Amino acid sequence: MKWARHLGIAFLATVAFACLLADFVAPSYAHQFRDEPGAAPSRQHLLGTDDLGRDRFARVLYGTRVSLLLAPAAALLSSLLAVLIGGAAGFAGGWVERIVMATTDLFLSLPWLFLLITVRALLPLNVLPITSVAITFALLGCLGWATAARVICADARSLAHSDFILAARASGSSGFRLLWRQVVPNLRPIVFAQFWISIPVFILAEANLGVLGLGVAEPLPSWGSLLRELQSYSAITGQPWQFVPLILFVVVVSCFHLVLLEQESPV
Amino acid sequence: MSRQIVFRSFLVLMIASTLAVAQNNAQLRFCLHSDPKTFNPLLAEEDSSETVRYLTGGVLMRLNRMTQDLEPELATSWNITEGGKTITFKLRSGLSFSDSTPFSADDVAFTIQQMMDPSLHSPTGDAFRSGDGKTVTKVLAPDRVSVTFPAAIAGLDKLFDQVAIMSAKSPRKEMAVLGPYQVLEYKAGNYLLLERNPHYWRQDAAGKQLPYIQSVRLDIQSNRDTEMLRLVRGEIDFINSLDAEYFDKLMQQNPALVHDSGVSLDSEQMWFNQVPNSPLPDYKKAWFRSTNFRRAISEAINREDLARVAFRGHARPAIGPMSPANKFWFNAKLQAHPFDQKSALARLAEDGFRFQDGVLRDRDGHAVEFSIITNAGNKYRERMATMMQQDLSGIGIKLNVVTLDFPSLIERITRSFDYEACLLGLIGNDLDPNSSQMNVWLSSGENHQWNPHQKSPATGWEAEIDKLMHQQATSLDPKKRKAAFDRVQEIAWEQEPFIYLVNRNALSAVSPNARNVHPVVLRPQVYWNIDEISISNEVARNR
Repeated sequence: MKWARHLGIAFLATVAFACLLADFVAPSYAHQFRDEPGAAPSRQHLLGTDDLGRDRFARVLYGTRVSLLLAPAAALLSSLLAVLIGGAAGFAGGWVERIVMATTDLFLSLPWLFLLITVRALLPLNVLPITSVAITFALLGCLGWATAARVICADARSLAHSDFILAARASGSSGFRLLWRQVVPNLRPIVFAQFWISIPVFILAEANLGVLGLGVAEPLPSWGSLLRELQSYSAITGQPWQFVPLILFVVVVSCFHLVLLEQESPV
Repeated sequence: MSRQIVFRSFLVLMIASTLAVAQNNAQLRFCLHSDPKTFNPLLAEEDSSETVRYLTGGVLMRLNRMTQDLEPELATSWNITEGGKTITFKLRSGLSFSDSTPFSADDVAFTIQQMMDPSLHSPTGDAFRSGDGKTVTKVLAPDRVSVTFPAAIAGLDKLFDQVAIMSAKSPRKEMAVLGPYQVLEYKAGNYLLLERNPHYWRQDAAGKQLPYIQSVRLDIQSNRDTEMLRLVRGEIDFINSLDAEYFDKLMQQNPALVHDSGVSLDSEQMWFNQVPNSPLPDYKKAWFRSTNFRRAISEAINREDLARVAFRGHARPAIGPMSPANKFWFNAKLQAHPFDQKSALARLAEDGFRFQDGVLRDRDGHAVEFSIITNAGNKYRERMATMMQQDLSGIGIKLNVVTLDFPSLIERITRSFDYEACLLGLIGNDLDPNSSQMNVWLSSGENHQWNPHQKSPATGWEAEIDKLMHQQATSLDPKKRKAAFDRVQEIAWEQEPFIYLVNRNALSAVSPNARNVHPVVLRPQVYWNIDEISISNEVARNR
């Protein structure tokens, strides 16, 4: 399956490269060509225009850039939190682990969607669209650590009772040094896997928020706002190019999973 | 020869009886988007309950949705006296409720007493609460009854269009009805089945008892896509209210299905927060209080484009508080504000604003930037806000669009007042400004959104509107009332506390199998003449 992984990486790299070039290859994502709403693909608009006459190709590129940049950032944040909380709990064991895991369970039971909606409602109104999307992803990152923390905690617990840790303790290593030098490096594969899993989860979460109208503020596009165009049956009017954001979204998420498959195997 | 005549006569009789049987078993089908919350007509306040009330309730007089004139129903005549405080009805005699309980003046008195009982909290009764004191009902004869309200109510007779008369004596209580249909069966979340009221009083010109259709099945269906597909498949007979996208989709599939009845009473508007103690910086409060600023924003928005692009041409640029669909009350002298960014900049210059390097700044150098909130999930409002963003950037204004869930939005516009501008719509149900506009235009009103609950009018023009609204509410002369409300519309046009953007068109879809259907702009657009609607015999036989 190495070829699949390479294919996935190559596709992700191509998409990332195209998004970086968006400023040069696509006109403005926000300008409304009001005489051409819902236009078919043409030389001027490679993927046609949306309902307001905005160039869909530009919006796909910029939207992909937003989602692909911020979803890994949110995944990194949540993975770091998971390592910190889950790793420490698993390593310490006893009442610390029980309290941390009870807190994690409580966190998992929170209706995070409503929490996000509430937090979004409390934000200041005059913020830049890019700030609002950064806050959205930061919130996703802050809320998404709990599942990964449980997995990491279990792994850290088994590591804490393994022979090489016992040997390290016997040779005088303890506390933070033991955690940092012995446990964390051995958690790396599972943390890496959790990181890769989180990226598509956060992309999907932002898309869900976008479908609810609570994701990225207009006129900045994101995959969520692009997928909203396909929300109702009436919007699908026999224009296959409308499905490009959806296809790209599915392929990118699949590529992340292909990359992940190869990452999981050494664990 | 005689055998042939007998045979032909037999054949004709057979066909006629088959058709009659078909129509007698006919069932009309359409969808409700949620379960009705109540079957008590006095408590109806959402679409589904109001639909049931319209289909089952008998009223003293009915507003003809096509002519917009009031027509007698259970009352053959009425008389308003004591300066608009008292109304006396002459009732039809010999009528019965659906369970055979006789109808009399006692039932009217009972209904009014129930409706005005403060403990019931009847939304229908709210329109009649004119002042402190009791409402007195007097049964003058079995077919005559008078009702005296504590204070005069302008347009009193039209309010009775919403009052379904209940039986004072029937053991079935609100399920005993005087309208064309009665509730037969209800399965929550599934369907509501209505059957013909055998004691319904109306007959057609040929003396045949109405309604023509035996039963009405209302399927509870919240998904609009499914509703549209069911219409296309012939499983339902109409969709009462469509949005522009569904309309265009159906138009592509079958143009005969859809009806654009023209501009409706519904409006979309924005306003600026002018609440004095709102947590906004003083310089922004000064912008929003300036008439020139509001007029400039209004002129910088391209309403034609909003109607053409956001609503796909199924809307018209709005002019003011009354839509042109309101034949009597609309002030025809007014025109929609034109899109004119030069004029907008000239108005702003009068207030010391400067447009330099693509940015508009006030006299103190603050760049003009504000946010507009609207409810999340309403794609038409989101589209309008995004289009306004581009329009306003043309005069150097940065507009931030913020979509909020509805409870958060209501919290901001009614309690915390922590917002700068808001974009919302108003569903127009009433023609008379006394019932639909009082709470909006009186400075003390809670729907006076830009600065609600004022103890005394904050501006001269609001004081003038207060005076005019009281004038039109207390006068019984329709011409004087119209003159007063025309002036209110002029002031609203000049001051623009609400910047009216578009009026939506009334869009509906009707199966070709439904007969005598004439969609109109007033609610309920399609089934307003429910008792006269029939369906094709072929469909009737197959159901």
